[in-house]
Amino acid sequence: MPPPDPSRRFHPVSAPDYVPAEQLRGLQLERLQRIVRRAHERVPLFRTRCQERQVAPADLKSLEDLARFPFTLKTDLRDTYPFGLFASPMEEIVRLHASSGTTGKPTVVAYTQGDLDVWTEVMVRAFAACGLHRGDVVQNAYGYGLFTGGLGAHYGAEALGATVIPISGGNTERQIMVLQDFAVTAICCTPSYFLHLTERAKELGTDFSKLRAGIFGAEPWSEAMRRRIEADTGVKAYDIYGLSEIIGPGVGIECFAQSGLHVFEDHFYPEVVDPASGEVLPDGAEGELVLTTLSKDAMPMIRYRTRDVTSLIPEPCACGRTIRRIRRIGRRSDDMFIIRGVNVFPSQVETALLAVEGTLPHYQIVLTREKGLDEMEVKVEVTPEVFSDQIRALEALQHKLEQSLDHTLGIRARVTLVGPRTIPRSEGKAKRVDDKRQI
Amino acid sequence: MKLRQLSLFLENRPGALRLPCQVLGAAGIDILTMSLADTQQFGILRLVVKDADRASKVLEEAGCVVKATDVLAVEVPDRAGGLADMLGTFEGTGLSIEYIYPLVAGHRGKTAVLILRVEDPDRAAGLLAGRKVRVLTREEAFEAVGA
Repeated sequence: MPPPDPSRRFHPVSAPDYVPAEQLRGLQLERLQRIVRRAHERVPLFRTRCQERQVAPADLKSLEDLARFPFTLKTDLRDTYPFGLFASPMEEIVRLHASSGTTGKPTVVAYTQGDLDVWTEVMVRAFAACGLHRGDVVQNAYGYGLFTGGLGAHYGAEALGATVIPISGGNTERQIMVLQDFAVTAICCTPSYFLHLTERAKELGTDFSKLRAGIFGAEPWSEAMRRRIEADTGVKAYDIYGLSEIIGPGVGIECFAQSGLHVFEDHFYPEVVDPASGEVLPDGAEGELVLTTLSKDAMPMIRYRTRDVTSLIPEPCACGRTIRRIRRIGRRSDDMFIIRGVNVFPSQVETALLAVEGTLPHYQIVLTREKGLDEMEVKVEVTPEVFSDQIRALEALQHKLEQSLDHTLGIRARVTLVGPRTIPRSEGKAKRVDDKRQI
Repeated sequence: MKLRQLSLFLENRPGALRLPCQVLGAAGIDILTMSLADTQQFGILRLVVKDADRASKVLEEAGCVVKATDVLAVEVPDRAGGLADMLGTFEGTGLSIEYIYPLVAGHRGKTAVLILRVEDPDRAAGLLAGRKVRVLTREEAFEAVGA
């Protein structure tokens, strides 16, 4: 039965999106049993945790049994840096990616050729769900490099049969020139960067009339922002979800209905748990998204705590896909924030400030969005220890703090020195992040 | 020979300068001279008062960041070229002046007294003495402004 996709171009690779639920559950259990066995055999940390909870792969008789197994946390990746959670020998690993992490050490993720094939497959299905197909010209403005965004989108769009422009991030004027001159029909980037592009393009009087789809991700964005993008540009704005620990972009995608993100649950098994107790919540209830990779060999992730808050939508979607949806992610269950596609924890900012001053000053992170670009300001209270009667000494301090932040986070932040006791404190603890972005 | 100057961190926003001045006023501490250095983001208020210790204490209690620095009060003839002559003392010595601001003009007839901030005040005082430039003691400096 052909799916009611308005693009009327069903891509055969999308077939698993429409598998009947019972068949999908069977496939998930089969894959889950295999991957849990693999992790148990090859990843010492997972095996030890299972022993502590007195649970073994043989106990996994239904999908519900997964709730008995231990969680994997972001800190587990850091604690076993760089390769501690790998389940494949280096001979079988063909790619490494990394994302920034506390104390400057990134979290490293690995892929076998088979894992890359899975990644490409889900990205093709993601693009297909957005109505892209052969003949589309895709400008990929996600960063190429250790970040998963660039290469993930690249291989997916190529495998779809689209024409890929691997322009990577930055250089706004060139992006605009290419958008116009190459008659680009779809763009991949962060939504805030796209707003920046359109604002600059308006100033230059550039015509984007060929552009019809934007695949936006790597940062949270709101319905209001979507309405603004779609009204201003006529581009249909799709939300894509992913994280490097699971695979990169392509964990979930919106279809034309734009009513939640379909999770490619034949490869990534979703659960929603109570962030405090860890109890699995029923479909529809809001909680923290926990993902298990069902078919990734190099680095199986069993019950990975994403810290992203959402709920599972069990109802069928207007597009006909049977794979479940999650609501768009608006907030997190921890204090991490995402700026220009980079995950930042306040603890990383603390590390950077500590490295310069020796003791931790009171500070506050202020996030704003100026001309569609996210800006990060760190307000630092001046202490008697670092204060000087000389302007240049204070300017040097400011500069050193900025360099330290850049070094630790990999992104530029502006440091503002402020007077003592000027940063609001609640119950003795300062409010660490003041997010003023209209997202 | 040395005077103690107090420096205060000020944010660049309305009202920032008034607060420490009010605190000193309430404590009955007279500001003998001051200078304000500013950047786009913040400022540094430098003050000379008679009782630096007490001033420092009340300011800190009011939540200010205060730093005490030794400075020199130097007498300069109030005539064309007077300042240039005094500055000539430091030429070729490698000693650089961080900043200068006035304490009083019209002192003892035709001289001015300047507050001089240098990296090494003891060495600077020695060099000035060698050139017969008068460096005021604390008492003399206070007397010069009638304090």
